[in-house]
Amino acid sequence: MNITRRHMLLLLPAAAIAWKHVLAGTPESSPNYTMSRHWWSMLIDVPKCIGCGNCVRACQSENDVPDGYFRTWVERYHVSGYDIENPHVDSPDGGKQGFPPALEEGGKNFFVPKLCNHCVDSPCTQVCPVGATFVSPDGVVLIDKKYCLGCRYCVQACPYGCRFINPRTATAEKCTLCYHRITKGLTTACCENCPTGARQLADLKNPKDPIHEFLKTHSVHVLKPHMATGAKVFYNELDGSVR
Amino acid sequence: MNVFKDAGHLFRLAAVFLVGTLAFLGMRVFLVPKSFGQYGHYRGDAMAEIAARPVNFAGHQACEGCHADVLEKKKGGRHARVNCEACHGPLAKHADDPSVQPVKLDTAVLCVGCHEENAAKPKSFPQVASADHSTGLACDTCHQPHSPAITAGGAK
Repeated sequence: MNITRRHMLLLLPAAAIAWKHVLAGTPESSPNYTMSRHWWSMLIDVPKCIGCGNCVRACQSENDVPDGYFRTWVERYHVSGYDIENPHVDSPDGGKQGFPPALEEGGKNFFVPKLCNHCVDSPCTQVCPVGATFVSPDGVVLIDKKYCLGCRYCVQACPYGCRFINPRTATAEKCTLCYHRITKGLTTACCENCPTGARQLADLKNPKDPIHEFLKTHSVHVLKPHMATGAKVFYNELDGSVR
Repeated sequence: MNVFKDAGHLFRLAAVFLVGTLAFLGMRVFLVPKSFGQYGHYRGDAMAEIAARPVNFAGHQACEGCHADVLEKKKGGRHARVNCEACHGPLAKHADDPSVQPVKLDTAVLCVGCHEENAAKPKSFPQVASADHSTGLACDTCHQPHSPAITAGGAK
């Protein structure tokens, strides 16, 4: 079709209206959700993890994560004897299809699920030059895909290796703590599909959440506390060898 | 007024800067989204956009609305706290429209995903070396997946 000057003039108002829509953003999708009433976190009960990979598969299906990239993954630790500073860690395909039998006999073996720690003082949001990533008022670290330039500062800044560049969109991507589910009253896809209850979504602002009793009565740790990131993913009975 | 005698070029330069500044501020009004800065140095509407994503896993509450009989079977068994979609897969489409049928599961491959023996699994978790335990037989030959203990009368 040839676009004449007349066509162009007719198209301009329509384009202006469409652009206004783009600027206004899409309407609120969870009308009954109040951000200020929540402060999300997650509890990982390490001794319950069986390394089945259900969480990894659920996450990839729920969030359309490309093959070979992970918003959550499971690591297997093998510590032989006293050498806890040098654990052998493997995670074949992120643990998506479970784990083959261990290569080394003996020692201490266990699984550790990993995901974004949704830090309060997150290093990744501090380095973003354009304001594309942020800690939401309900405590979830999110990425605004429309603003992300794909500069990768945040990928380097995360001490937990939880971010990657999506090859399809060329923007940074990470765990959203299933923001589209938790704002609708559902739990995250990984927690929903964990068969042993090793992963539990927790709302720290909800006084009735069982997390409060759990934190009081168990030996709970966060990953890399020396980084002072204010990590909000709590690990029960975490071994000292976990990095 | 000797100072301003040859200052014409300065005023012209100032005018250029003024026009530039006004153009910058004007463009900023148009180009920066309304919700930027609503909660912090980011676009406030981004959260609603992320929350608008459709769900893939309906959640066990949705399943239990219709499948009360299965819930009853699971109660008291070892799989009582295993959510439906952990085995049956993402079924939000089925929950929205029950005529969309879920795929029938093959217990010969499904169960070993969790129960195959592995040294890193917690000792209290029931594990089998499937090759010895069932020699390829489907697990539901003996076990009822919704309540897997083998009772005196065989599989329930």
